[in-house]
Amino acid sequence: MAWCGGRVSAHRVPLVDYLILEGEPHLVAHECLACGARYFDRRNGCAACEGAEFRDVDVATEGELRAFTIVSSAAAGVPVPFVAGVIDCGGTAVRGNVVNIPADPEHVVLGMKVRLTTGSIGTDAAGVEAVGYGFEPAD
Amino acid sequence: MAGNVWIVGIHMTKFGRHPTLDTVDLGTEAIRGALADAGLRMRDVGLLAAGNLMGGGGSFGQRLQKQVGQTGIPVFNVANACATGATALRVAVMAIRAGETEVGLAVGAEKLSGAGLLAGGTRAEEGDRWSREGRYGAVAALDGRVGTETMPGVFAQIGMEYGHRYGGTSFELFARISEKNHAHSTLNPLAAYQKRFTLKQIMNDVMIAYPNTRPMCSANCDGGAAVVVVSDSKLRTLPIEQQRRAVKISASVLTSDPWQDGCQILPDINTLTRAAAEQAYEQAGVDPEDLDLVELHDCFATAELVHYDNLKLCPQGGAVDFFNSGATWRDGTTPVNVSGGLESKGHPIAATGIANVWEVVTHLRGEAGHRQITDARVGLAHVIGLGNACGVHILEKAVA
Ligand SMILES: [Zn+2]
Repeated sequence: MAWCGGRVSAHRVPLVDYLILEGEPHLVAHECLACGARYFDRRNGCAACEGAEFRDVDVATEGELRAFTIVSSAAAGVPVPFVAGVIDCGGTAVRGNVVNIPADPEHVVLGMKVRLTTGSIGTDAAGVEAVGYGFEPAD
Repeated sequence: MAGNVWIVGIHMTKFGRHPTLDTVDLGTEAIRGALADAGLRMRDVGLLAAGNLMGGGGSFGQRLQKQVGQTGIPVFNVANACATGATALRVAVMAIRAGETEVGLAVGAEKLSGAGLLAGGTRAEEGDRWSREGRYGAVAALDGRVGTETMPGVFAQIGMEYGHRYGGTSFELFARISEKNHAHSTLNPLAAYQKRFTLKQIMNDVMIAYPNTRPMCSANCDGGAAVVVVSDSKLRTLPIEQQRRAVKISASVLTSDPWQDGCQILPDINTLTRAAAEQAYEQAGVDPEDLDLVELHDCFATAELVHYDNLKLCPQGGAVDFFNSGATWRDGTTPVNVSGGLESKGHPIAATGIANVWEVVTHLRGEAGHRQITDARVGLAHVIGLGNACGVHILEKAVA
């Protein structure tokens, strides 16, 4: 996977609905109007308060690594090793890979500051590139 | 308030590789063993709760009846991830508490040897045209691209998160938890593996998901376990020797995952376990200090650490100090997983919840042989299933 800045093109699609590539790439969450709980998937209702109305909110692109693992054994077709983590982005928990860093516990450290980055995950038969996201060290 | 519920018969098969047995064989062996232990017959049983997760088909209990006796009783087929066995027991206990029956039977069996990694969903061939699928509108499989969906990876992060919050954890610390459980397993003839590992061997073994190496992960294996529970009034009709061996279920609790910030991102196995433990201690009128042994869900070494805390075996945030004190070794103040735990005894998913109860019951009866915890009177059995479900049972030796 090549990790780069977020160039916008008509021939690109985001890996997931909640990744916005236009402008500065960022994630968007569905926030419950009633209680403020945030979700990334399509939602029928709020698990916290039973509310059914949501608005889209931008999630901070910088955060702190709250948990991680270095996956060395995964399902067929998943390249290993990779660093999977949970990032606290300004109070919103985000799941993502930690990239642009050696996959070892000397380099990946709990509490480290990271920022969102995007990268190609491949091109389909029509020449459309899918773009995923990860988090890289923020200096 | 209904009367007490008693375990009068319980059995687990040897855990491990059983290439010639299917889940029905394992479930049958467990049921026959539990009934024999209780001195009862299938015709005495008023309700069957049966768990099997990976076998497919929703009528496991009925398939077992065809081998052990089709008596026309109600059958509840239950599935609740790794808490399936505990859920089956919970159903039988509820039926007795409700006065629906005097004798309930719960069973769980699973064929899991060689199953490999239990990961999240993978996706059909990609690359022709990107198309959006599922609730995230994903154009490709997310496992490995957006974090991990493998169980070792998920539970690794749960342990790391605990370390981040409270400090004191390290690769070596988690490996030492595994060292303890493998050491304990050498005394358990029913464990899938009975091999002691040095700390070095554990740390140098194949890395699955840092900090969990292979011996720090639960062992996929085959096995079955079953339990017969009865009401107070039924107990009084049984021979005196059965009454002496009876074990009281002082608490039977099942919880699910309450909403917590971030629980959609990384499963929160803590809140529901703490809630289950609190309810169980309250129900039983037992304090954590009263426990003579604990069998908890060490599906990974990283999980065992957080459950010391969740089950209130130590002050909140104190799990590392608690482990370092030696408390959880079999000669410590609160022996944990003297069976060898899921890491070495093995983890045939639907059987695990009842097998954990079996271990505790066997010690309370004073029948645990070489690994007997001396004078054990009170014990706790815990399991968790991702999704999430948590079962906690507190068991006490009969006073009679
Ligand atoms: Zn809400």
